[in-house]
Amino acid sequence: MSMTITEKILAAHAGRDRVFPGDLIEAKVDVALANDITAPLAIKTFDEIGVDTVFDADKVVLVADHFVPNKDIASAQQVKLLREFAMRQGLTHYYEGGESGVEHVILPEKGLVLPGQLVIGADSHTCTYGALGAFATGVGSTDLGAVMATGEIWLKVPPTILLRYTGALDPHVGGKDLILHTIGLLGVEGALYCAMEFSGPVIRGLPMHQRFTMSNMAIEAGGKNGIIEPDETTLAYLAERTSSRFEIFRGDPDADYERVIDIDVCQIEPQVAFPHLPSNVRPISQVGDVPIDQVVIGSCTNGWLEDLRDAARILKGRRAAKGIRLIIMPGSPLIYAMALKEGLLETFLQAGAVIGPPCCGPCLGGHMGILAEGERAVATTNRNFIGRMGHPESEVYLANPTVAAASAVLGWIGGPEEL
Amino acid sequence: MNIEGRIWKFGDDVDTDVIIPARYLNVSAEEELAKNCFADIRPEFATEAAVGDILVAGKNFGCGSSREHAPLAIKAAGIRVVIAESFARIFYRNAFNIGLPLLESVEASKGLSDGEKAAVDLATGKIEGLKGAFQAKPIPDFMAQLITAGGLVEYVKTTKIAR
Repeated sequence: MSMTITEKILAAHAGRDRVFPGDLIEAKVDVALANDITAPLAIKTFDEIGVDTVFDADKVVLVADHFVPNKDIASAQQVKLLREFAMRQGLTHYYEGGESGVEHVILPEKGLVLPGQLVIGADSHTCTYGALGAFATGVGSTDLGAVMATGEIWLKVPPTILLRYTGALDPHVGGKDLILHTIGLLGVEGALYCAMEFSGPVIRGLPMHQRFTMSNMAIEAGGKNGIIEPDETTLAYLAERTSSRFEIFRGDPDADYERVIDIDVCQIEPQVAFPHLPSNVRPISQVGDVPIDQVVIGSCTNGWLEDLRDAARILKGRRAAKGIRLIIMPGSPLIYAMALKEGLLETFLQAGAVIGPPCCGPCLGGHMGILAEGERAVATTNRNFIGRMGHPESEVYLANPTVAAASAVLGWIGGPEEL
Repeated sequence: MNIEGRIWKFGDDVDTDVIIPARYLNVSAEEELAKNCFADIRPEFATEAAVGDILVAGKNFGCGSSREHAPLAIKAAGIRVVIAESFARIFYRNAFNIGLPLLESVEASKGLSDGEKAAVDLATGKIEGLKGAFQAKPIPDFMAQLITAGGLVEYVKTTKIAR
């Protein structure tokens, strides 16, 4: 009867004693999420299905975060659709304006995702919530529209790849570097259709925000979800944010894994993913001479308060190099307020940064930091595909917040020890 | 169902950002999306692709963002089947959900060339190109049901809402 944590959560939501990889199941959904890009199509699907009300007005979450503050008339029309739908359906959790931030930052912050839950989001980075011990995966708008109508989704039970991290971490290396290294190891399709489970003493030692960063990028290896078993760190994080009850699932010691990969972290340096794939990683010592035009710190990958603290430690008393556009976007209004209170924003302003509103911003080439032809950016975001942040001839290099901040000061890609 | 058309060939790891760049996602109408399909890497695609054409790619087609606008744009541009070595999982769901069939075949992916004419029998997975015939993996039963129903919306209407 042995199962992995992913299999246990899926079995529980399908009303079965057990499931096997490859099984097709109908599962009950605890949280259904969409944003200003994906919700309009999901609402269209919902209307076409022809039911009057969503399956549960407390469980459908809509967040306007991609093209907000509305960048043009068309975007404003899309958000208007969300708002009107949310009002009509009486949704408890609809967020825009000053209540909104990057969806995958504000849902955990508000305690809306709990361990053991099944979360379906019309956004590929929905896998972020795996860090809380939930099964969370991204889907498209039609799937999400059907979930809003029925509260259920068909899923194929994925086989699990167990990743075990051991050894001593370099102090400049964190969750972002571990996941970039892992994606480099597996390739962008290395975990295709699979559950990724992050485990081992190194993961146990990671603070919550770095766990979110790792789970967030599971999709960049093709993973269906990226899960971490809850522990004291998870429970302490939740205790500050919710009083809701939840069930903790743990994998059985003799569960079947498709693969077990042991990763010794001792030799891992800060990682930089070169264009145009997140798997195209190099250790910082092998980056060479790469002059840059822009630095972006923020996003669902690295928009957490601790990420801003990391950047501020580097930027304190320093300035971005002449000609470098440094853009910093806190992940949520609460993080923005905390950063203000802690003096981080003042440090950023004195360093010559532009502080953006909590939203997805330039990560996906939406707005507020688009690159011109031939320009290069270092970003703490998650994708560096062709044209991701602007012109098809521009380039994005992915890194952790410390490397990004140091690169802003240097004017080329480099780590804090080069300052 | 038989499909005959010109082949549009792409490589490995074609992501949804290049299928439809985010700057065009401020609208959801598929005919608008189709105008900008592959705008950054193959600008002639949107104007030259015709109804019935076939898209062929390598590994991990449709990786990245969950945007359903990607398969919608491809379908609205005229493509009636995508053949690849493998597909990213969200794209895979999205395509079948909106009624764009996908076939997996390593041999066809390698053996078919850009610009050639090919014929595809969706029911059997048989693909006939200039240099010979290829057999794709059969479409899984559940996906075939979705296609037969006319996509997820119709499937949900008949199997869940009605019951």
